[in-house]
Amino acid sequence: MSTTEEKEKTVAEGEQETAEHAAAPEQLEPVTWRFLIPIVLFGVGFVVSLFIGWVIFPKIIYCEKHQPIDFSHSVHQEAVDEGCESCHFFREDGSFSGIPKLENCAECHEEAMGENPEEAKLIEKYVEPGKEIPWLTYASQPDCVFFSHAAHIKMAELECAACHGRIGDSDHTRPYQCNILTGYSRDIWGWNIAGMGKNAWDWMKMDDSARMKMDRPARMKMDDCGDCHEKRGTSNACFVCHK
Amino acid sequence: MKLDRRGFIQFSLGAGAGITLSPLPWKLTDDFSIWTQNWPWTPVPRTGEVTHVNTVSKHCGSGITLRKVGDRATKIEGRKGYPVNDGGISIQTAADLQLLYGPWRVPGPLRRVGKRGSGHWENISWEKAIGDVVQKLSDLRRKGKSHTVACILGSDRGTVPQLFSRFLKAYGSPNFIRTASCDDTYELAMSLMQGAAASVAYDLEHAKYILSFGCGLIEGWGSTVRVIKAHSIWRSGNLKERATLVQIEPRLSNTAAKADQWYPINPGTEGALALGLAHVIIKKSLYHTDFVENHTFGFEDWTDDSGRRHIGFKRLVLKKYSPNAVSRITGLSAKKIVRLATAFAKADRPIAVWGRGKGTTSGSLYECMAVHALNALVGNINKIGGVSTLPEVATETWPKVDQDHIARTGSGMPRIDGAGGSRYPFTRYLPERWPQIVNGHKACLIEALLVHEADPYYTTLDSAAVARAFDRIPFVVSFSTLMDETAYHADLILPNPHYLERWEDAPTPTGLQVPILGLVRPVVSPQFDTRHAGDVILTIAKRLGGVVGDAFPWEDYETVLKETIGDKWDTLEEAGYIEEADYTPPVWENAFATASGKFEFYITAFEQAGMKINKDLQCLPHYEPAQPEGNPATYPLILIPVELTRLANGAVGNPPFCMKTLEETELKKNDLFIEVNPKTAAKYRLSEGQDTMLETPRGKARVLVHLFEGIMPGVIAIPKGLGHTAYDDYLAGKGVNTNSLMGVTEDPISGLSATWGIRAKLTRV
Repeated sequence: MSTTEEKEKTVAEGEQETAEHAAAPEQLEPVTWRFLIPIVLFGVGFVVSLFIGWVIFPKIIYCEKHQPIDFSHSVHQEAVDEGCESCHFFREDGSFSGIPKLENCAECHEEAMGENPEEAKLIEKYVEPGKEIPWLTYASQPDCVFFSHAAHIKMAELECAACHGRIGDSDHTRPYQCNILTGYSRDIWGWNIAGMGKNAWDWMKMDDSARMKMDRPARMKMDDCGDCHEKRGTSNACFVCHK
Repeated sequence: MKLDRRGFIQFSLGAGAGITLSPLPWKLTDDFSIWTQNWPWTPVPRTGEVTHVNTVSKHCGSGITLRKVGDRATKIEGRKGYPVNDGGISIQTAADLQLLYGPWRVPGPLRRVGKRGSGHWENISWEKAIGDVVQKLSDLRRKGKSHTVACILGSDRGTVPQLFSRFLKAYGSPNFIRTASCDDTYELAMSLMQGAAASVAYDLEHAKYILSFGCGLIEGWGSTVRVIKAHSIWRSGNLKERATLVQIEPRLSNTAAKADQWYPINPGTEGALALGLAHVIIKKSLYHTDFVENHTFGFEDWTDDSGRRHIGFKRLVLKKYSPNAVSRITGLSAKKIVRLATAFAKADRPIAVWGRGKGTTSGSLYECMAVHALNALVGNINKIGGVSTLPEVATETWPKVDQDHIARTGSGMPRIDGAGGSRYPFTRYLPERWPQIVNGHKACLIEALLVHEADPYYTTLDSAAVARAFDRIPFVVSFSTLMDETAYHADLILPNPHYLERWEDAPTPTGLQVPILGLVRPVVSPQFDTRHAGDVILTIAKRLGGVVGDAFPWEDYETVLKETIGDKWDTLEEAGYIEEADYTPPVWENAFATASGKFEFYITAFEQAGMKINKDLQCLPHYEPAQPEGNPATYPLILIPVELTRLANGAVGNPPFCMKTLEETELKKNDLFIEVNPKTAAKYRLSEGQDTMLETPRGKARVLVHLFEGIMPGVIAIPKGLGHTAYDDYLAGKGVNTNSLMGVTEDPISGLSATWGIRAKLTRV
């Protein structure tokens, strides 16, 4: 091909490109939604993570366990004279007995008193073989926390329900939500996964109808202890609870 | 729609914002913080009812208070007000819960299935285990070999050792052996010099000048806590009131470091020094004239009924043990000897105590007598702040054993260790001698060996000889609570409950001057399938039947204990102990049950027992050099074993907590350090931490050098209590068992081991 021909071809291609460029704005429709893409992507990420954080995460972080025996506090409350302290008593040295030992149960249930299958289970699985009942403790604090029941019940004269809620009125044991990381009960963090909610002792301010609607106690975190201590003018020094 | 990079970032920003506004990060942070403060694998005490119960430690005889949460024992503390320790506690007892709950417990009756010592066992029932023992003992008795049965125990006092002793008597064997301690020699010395068949007792609390011949007073000598508390008394008050402690020892031990004066002397020459001091006291007439002249025998020269003249202690000492002569032996200057003797004799309430280290070795009888002679010279026998014999709380006596022909014949046979025979008529047990005798005979001398609360496989001198002796015993039964070396090399283990799980009496701890009977009681429910050794012996006896069964009329061990204590049981059970606080030793006129009725410097009992006495020297305290085994040319150094407070070296292995208290200059991982004086190190071109081979005529071991100016040049030392092969990694394979490097140097008069060291060499590797 000669040099002249090359020039001609080049010029022709150049004209064609110019013509195409000139026609392009006419072919594109206006895409006004494009500016929404970042918002949509941001929003999707936002909603998905919110869903994970608020809905899926709580289901993963807590596993559910059941008490070895479905215990009715209300039935037992009716049968005893001294309320909670009939079974959850203070020992002579002032220490708190906590969850009753098998021997306490066996005082009445050495033999079946009724026909409740749970009672039969108690006698067969625990009383007869003399095996302690592996109760799951809802209110068990981490080992680094020192807590004296005597200081709160005897000295500060708090009601049991102030921290434990109306567990004394319950007919059944509720599932024990166990934190898979720490092993402690969900009752400590509180049932609001955001960690917000009423302090346990606010139960006492509710009227009975409102209180009866609540089936579980509120939270028992360090801030809650601190708040109550502050309100009551009790020391909030570290060593009060962390020996 | 394709998600490009920009889109992904936009999505991530949204996700980040969403997560931030969700509880996830905050909740996880909180949970992590709780998790990190409460590691789930860290054991924490259980919660529950806290109770405190009192019992007595079988290790040190101290009263203890056990803190329990529910049935779980969580802490052992010293019992306040208990006469022995008054709130104090020894380090080993404080760590005892690790042994109670540790994996070294024997979980139930075990029968060996593999080669002995291979550690292969099968679990068997108590019925079968006891059946095996009964079968074996029954066969031996039927064949007239009852005397080939031996028992080795850690003590001969208290109801359980007495049951074993009674069993052998009814069965027909003389071979009850007690493991070695300085009590062996002390009992002999007290028997010969004072005519008292009892151990020694010291009124340490009231002594004002304590002259200690190598005793590790704050290392565990005597009753550990009691002596440490006495040390506190010595140190209390102003300078005039406080007592003086003088330590004579070739090494700067803790006791030496705490002493007012420390005199390092050549090892093994303590007896010579005691006689040198006696020389000065006699020469200067500083002795207690009333006691020596009126209540002792053999001080002056004397003539017997046949008119034969005998030399007395005074002449012997004045002639042979001048300060200069003793200085040459001991390495201590004559001036210091004179000064020390004068200070001791002139002191208010002086007392001389003997027994190397914790007192876990027998020692030389003459050396012990020489030291005790110092007490006689200053007249502190049965006096406040002095020395007496150990009394026991009186208990009910058991009915006499009716022996049949086999029992009489068997019991009348010579003992396997040679004790009580014509050669050593006064010695009751020779615990270091039986392995040599067993190994020296072609015939099988011990057909069955029962071991209770002792670990002879580990604690007996010359480990190689002990291992050979064990190999020659066809049937070894251990009653051990823990899987110790003897249990590990036994054929059958019948585990005894831990002392926190059982009843037992605790007789007066060694060295105490007031009779005390403590009650060991079950304060923790049994952790394993164990059975009380007392009950097992009763069952074996009953199943053997005949006179053996008849000798044990009791239903069970608890009945034995209650009937033995008798009327005092209620008091004992309620208080946990019986103390005869108003006891005072007899006055000098009635104190001595010797042939002369006096304290004997010259032992008359030897001739009366028919022993061949060639010269008076044999009957008087004198110095007989107990040369350490080995050729000085080949082995230029002298190795001495030392005992530490923090390292148990008896029948029970050191608990893990105590192992952690060993310093890095004592044990580093599995390597043991040997103490070497810098001068010795320079001579042999050794440096700190140097890897060396320690060799003695009995064995060798790899050790690391630790330069220590507190040990005499030419002397090297390693601690006792390491080199275990049983237990597990926390104790096994760490360091060296000193007994594997030591031989037995027999004391010529008692037959007991007078070993205090051995010649050794160090070679760089």
